[in-house]
Amino acid sequence: MRKTGIPSLEAIRSCFPDTLVKPKAIIECYEEIPCNPCATSCPVQAITIGEDLNKQPRINFDLCTGCGICISSCPGLAIMVAEEVGEQIRFKIPYEFLPVPEVGENWLALNRQGEVIGEALIEKVLRKNKTLVVSVLVPRDLLYEFISIRRPK
Amino acid sequence: MIEKELVIIGGGPAGLAAARLAAEAGVEVLIIDRMKQLGGQLVKQTHKFFGSKKQYAKFRGIEIAEILSEAALKLKVEVLAEAVVLGIYPDKVLTVLKGEEYIKIKAQAIIIATGASEKVLAFENNDLPGVYGAGAVQTLMNVHGVRPGSRMLMVGSGNIGLIVSYQLMQAGIEVAAVIEASPQIGGYLVHAAKLRRLGVPIITSCTIKKALGSNSVQGAITVRLDEAWQEIPGTETTYEVDGICIAVGLSPLSNLLAMAECRMKYIGELGGLVPILDSSYQTSQNGIFACGDVSGIEEASSAMVEGGIAGLSAAHLLGKVHPQYDELLIDYKQQLSNLRSGPGGVKIRKGLQKMETL
Amino acid sequence: MRIKKHPILNFEGRKELHFTFNNEPLIGYEGDTVASALVASGIKIFSQSPHLQRPRGLYCAIGNCSSCQMIVDGIPNVKTCITILKEGMRVETQKDRGHLYD
Repeated sequence: MRKTGIPSLEAIRSCFPDTLVKPKAIIECYEEIPCNPCATSCPVQAITIGEDLNKQPRINFDLCTGCGICISSCPGLAIMVAEEVGEQIRFKIPYEFLPVPEVGENWLALNRQGEVIGEALIEKVLRKNKTLVVSVLVPRDLLYEFISIRRPK
Repeated sequence: MIEKELVIIGGGPAGLAAARLAAEAGVEVLIIDRMKQLGGQLVKQTHKFFGSKKQYAKFRGIEIAEILSEAALKLKVEVLAEAVVLGIYPDKVLTVLKGEEYIKIKAQAIIIATGASEKVLAFENNDLPGVYGAGAVQTLMNVHGVRPGSRMLMVGSGNIGLIVSYQLMQAGIEVAAVIEASPQIGGYLVHAAKLRRLGVPIITSCTIKKALGSNSVQGAITVRLDEAWQEIPGTETTYEVDGICIAVGLSPLSNLLAMAECRMKYIGELGGLVPILDSSYQTSQNGIFACGDVSGIEEASSAMVEGGIAGLSAAHLLGKVHPQYDELLIDYKQQLSNLRSGPGGVKIRKGLQKMETL
Repeated sequence: MRIKKHPILNFEGRKELHFTFNNEPLIGYEGDTVASALVASGIKIFSQSPHLQRPRGLYCAIGNCSSCQMIVDGIPNVKTCITILKEGMRVETQKDRGHLYD
């Protein structure tokens, strides 16, 4: 990952809980850097970092309610929320580009290399301090691949 | 000759933090800055900052600039903006140029917080218009709303290279690739991940060989490097770009410190020539302090904390002890230790170890 | 080239300013530096190197490298990247090391 910026499938999987019946935060923070807004923003203290700011965050999935406050708190935009919705996954992701996605539009679903892997239906768009938190629905099989969206040309 | 109690040269995160602490201790502070707007390099940082709550983590750089400026101005800190300090003398006299006006100021104590400057990279045609320091591109985009090009090549994958590439994409400018001479990505992995998501390639063991174009950049030729950092012939790639951003590191702007005859030392890990400081950030010249990037290249979060210590120390020297002097000093030193204790702090710790103690 | 819409920043509502570059009328905005207004108007060449006459442009944009020096309102060697644009400014390319007293 130090060469490419892309985590391995194993590393990605280790960030996910056993089940996504309820929405949970997926924190992809693979490196020790001095940072703790995710831990201090969590309203139910599900994320812990501790005294040493450099430690990677640990999430207690039992406490996590999937509220998504951490999504727009993370300066690295490394957190998203995932939830199983039938044959689809609902992802809530941070997004900081124009144009702003509109509810009902079908955008392109991207993997961590920026490659198109399918379609993402825009469900909801929230604005938190100029970072958009976009709720999308993607097919279930994209669970470990999906990370972001791009507007189709 | 104007007389001032404490003059702070540089109104960036270090200078502003120092101003606030010194003013809180009852010192009359004057900040001199080259720009009209205070905040130093923070005014062009649109991304959210790391660190902890005490260093305003989660806030965007531009917001932190406002918070720090307001805090200092509220305490009636005087500001001389659009003014350049031309000279500094060991008897603490400063010569300043503001427009056409030449001003002489005698200070009782001085804090130098002049920050750092982009390093340059040597390659063929590196003087062509269209070759920019990464910070220049940020200034143009984020402060003035100007697009310096439509497709750029980023040289350097440290935090600045990665962050500016992301900001280029946000401004609607394509980044053809980020190239890095070393075999690994230099900056935070989360910054690299944000770029990869956008489809921007990050190519390690690769450097720029030549810029193409007659009057301005029209392209760039990169070449791969082997384990000994030598060019591998035949691996040249040509990119069609109208701008090349150089993000290969910063160097402290330490000219004023040298002029004031402070003892200096060249420490590579800290970015270049730095002043030798004691634990209160005082240089070898009594009453002259230095903090922020000028004392060693680090982050804005550390600059703010260092500025706080320098402000408290300068005030103390002037006989004005901040009501929370002891607690704050302990807290600030702890904050710096926290920021530097992780793997990201290896370089700065090594650099600081090399600094002699006075 | 101006950024009209940005996901984080707002560049709307700035006052228009008029200046000249080598007698050519150009437009800038309040808050621009001379350099940023020139880049926005598509001007890349700010000067020439003294010996080989190679084209020079902006590099650091914050007043450290001296690549951007031009003649502003008759005064040579002005660092255009840290000079705030004012209404009616006359900006000219400098052909030599500059003359202070004409």
